[in-house]
Amino acid sequence: MKTRILAGALAAAMVTGPALAELTFPSLSYRTGPYAANGIPFADGYADYFTLLNERDGGIGGEMINMIECETGYNTEKGVECYESTKGEGALVYQPLSTGITYQLIPRVTADGIPLHTLGYGRTSAANGKVFEWVFNYPATYWDGASVAIKYLLDENGGDLSGKKIALVYHNSAYGKEPIRTLTELSGQHGFDLLELPVDHPGQEQRSTWVQVRQQRPDYVLMWGWGVMNQVAIQEAVNIRFPMENFIGIWWSGSENDVKPAGDGANGYKALNFHAPGADFAIYDDLKTHVYDAGKAAGAGDQMGTVLYNRGLYAAMIAAEGARKAQEIHGVSAITPAQMRDGLEQLAIDEARMEELGLGGFGPTFESSCASHGGSGRVAVNQWNAADGKWEVLTDYIQSDQELIGRLVEEDSVAYAEENGIEMRCQ
Amino acid sequence: MIYREAGQYRTSYLDDGQTFPIRLDRWAHWLLIAVAVLVVPFIINDYWANAILLPFLIYAIAALGLNILTGYCGQVSLGTGGFMAVGAYACYKLMTSFPDISIAIHVVLAGLITAIVGILFGLPSLRIKGFYLAVATLAAQFFLVWLFNRVPWFYNYSASGQISAPERTIFGLPVTGPETSAAVTYLFCLAFVLASAWICRNLTRGALGRKWMAIRDMDIAAEIIGVNPLHAKLTAFGVSSFFVGIAGALFFSVYLGAVEVGEAFGINKSFLVLFMIIIGGLGSILGSFLGAAFMVLLPVFLKNVLTGGLGWPTDLAAHLEFMIVGGLIVFFLIVEPHGLAQLWRLLKEKLRLWPFPH
Repeated sequence: MKTRILAGALAAAMVTGPALAELTFPSLSYRTGPYAANGIPFADGYADYFTLLNERDGGIGGEMINMIECETGYNTEKGVECYESTKGEGALVYQPLSTGITYQLIPRVTADGIPLHTLGYGRTSAANGKVFEWVFNYPATYWDGASVAIKYLLDENGGDLSGKKIALVYHNSAYGKEPIRTLTELSGQHGFDLLELPVDHPGQEQRSTWVQVRQQRPDYVLMWGWGVMNQVAIQEAVNIRFPMENFIGIWWSGSENDVKPAGDGANGYKALNFHAPGADFAIYDDLKTHVYDAGKAAGAGDQMGTVLYNRGLYAAMIAAEGARKAQEIHGVSAITPAQMRDGLEQLAIDEARMEELGLGGFGPTFESSCASHGGSGRVAVNQWNAADGKWEVLTDYIQSDQELIGRLVEEDSVAYAEENGIEMRCQ
Repeated sequence: MIYREAGQYRTSYLDDGQTFPIRLDRWAHWLLIAVAVLVVPFIINDYWANAILLPFLIYAIAALGLNILTGYCGQVSLGTGGFMAVGAYACYKLMTSFPDISIAIHVVLAGLITAIVGILFGLPSLRIKGFYLAVATLAAQFFLVWLFNRVPWFYNYSASGQISAPERTIFGLPVTGPETSAAVTYLFCLAFVLASAWICRNLTRGALGRKWMAIRDMDIAAEIIGVNPLHAKLTAFGVSSFFVGIAGALFFSVYLGAVEVGEAFGINKSFLVLFMIIIGGLGSILGSFLGAAFMVLLPVFLKNVLTGGLGWPTDLAAHLEFMIVGGLIVFFLIVEPHGLAQLWRLLKEKLRLWPFPH
């Protein structure tokens, strides 16, 4: 009898033991509001990847993953509330999926010592790890996006854009304004005219913007949009018969949700992307067995293989790989946020590792270092095929103009460091 | 039973005119302030400060400000968000231009700048009334947000158009920036709230407040008995904008630390503060606090109960939150159109007689 009680107690201790020291990943998601159409697939992908790791591998390095979801509605005040309510739970890394919330969190995470990973969004100059110790934005930044878009257009035009007119339709917020600095620089370099067309939050009303496009007749339109703004912009572009193949969106303006409402008219619309669309990856077999068929899929479970769902998977993959790296460096399985930071800083995603994860050819390879938190800056162009209802990969990963972006990042981050009295690291 | 008023005599005008004529109320009020000042700072943590108390205190100042204009002077304003933005940007420009001057002075100066802007936008109120004035202030809202987005000087030419508060200290303790402690920011805001409430209360029961109320109740009659509508309306706009500006400055510098004008000070903010005073009670200082508490604390409370307590999915909880808060607003407005403050007034009348009603 006594042994049975003891064994029971031991079993209970073993069950509860790991649960106490689990790895906490907060998910600041938005499934409501004008940005929900884009927020839901990302949040689902993010959650499903962690569920897969828990179900298939028993977490990361033997530690179960505890993902806490918190609804921000893309609103900075709620984002702050979410941050404050989850940081006490031992949050390892924040991925707020909002440039506005990122700007809020950069000083806070720096003070609290929790890493912040903004996957292809947020403050571009945070790529300079010498200044932004706790912030990571690999594998590509907005300025990489702007540079690659122009590079692609240069290719299309035989290397000469002089005299061309390029319009930038952007969300009138920190997010949308990010690429302006690079594009202004590039317009001087290549001699094209840049036409800035801001669209105010939430972007449901864009008639005047597109009337301007019709009047000014730009040769190309670039778009930095998000949420309902994307769908409206693409529909308006169809309405004024703007040639879709001359319309290029950033990676946040290139999901199925954005193009489908415009129907066949959206055929040929292009968008940048730093990972592959579609569900032709080995990981989807595992997801099917361990997550979908087990009834553990997040949300409505209808987003598999969409661009933003894949991006959610990708974001979770990087967080998980960062944690794994941290466990490897420090030799402990229950890592702290500070150890997580080391893991993210020394993270290297190569082809072999992606193959192992069932994500062969999914994204560009990149390496992080003390000085560089911005990744390799390689971006591909995708094109929407309305007839088949899917995104097709048009180009290889194109390398952005690292020299120019490096200079701009240095300029902006050094100014930030001076303003805030930050000492440079990695000397 | 709860209120024991036997033996409380008011023998002078001073006794009669005080804010809390009943001794128990007075004690409760002092006790509340004592707890807020002496106890809360020691038990507060980051979550309570940044997610609950700071927004509550700051919105309470904004609601006090709007209540002066709308509740006491009867001028409907939909420009609160825009005026908060003026406060925030004024504070930012002052903070970055004069880093050596105390942040407390900057916040007050930001309030004064907002007061001037408020008076400018209040000029049309001399000619137009009611809904038409509401539309004119709506124009202020959109114009101000557009202005702060359009003119890079206001955000010091930063690439993202965001303004972020650098670290500023008071008595060596940081009140803005990331290194702040919960207790310091809380006390800083609390000081402004207490001062604002005290000023508002004393303004509204003095000659100025009576002029405002006369204009509110019937402007022609007020004019005939000698109230100058130009003076009354413009002072209401000025005083109201002063407090709204202070709220905006604190909202930006202490609470959020970085804002984007369209997102933080959009039309939604104007409506939010207007709802606060309608639900709390127009023309009531207590109502401003109750309304702010209702609109700030209830969503956080529901979120914590539904997702934290019951473990429901976040989207379901967020949608339910809208429904419950919306339903409660409708409920309170039907049960008591004069707001939570009136509800409290009625309750107090009952409590004073209880358990021996007539």
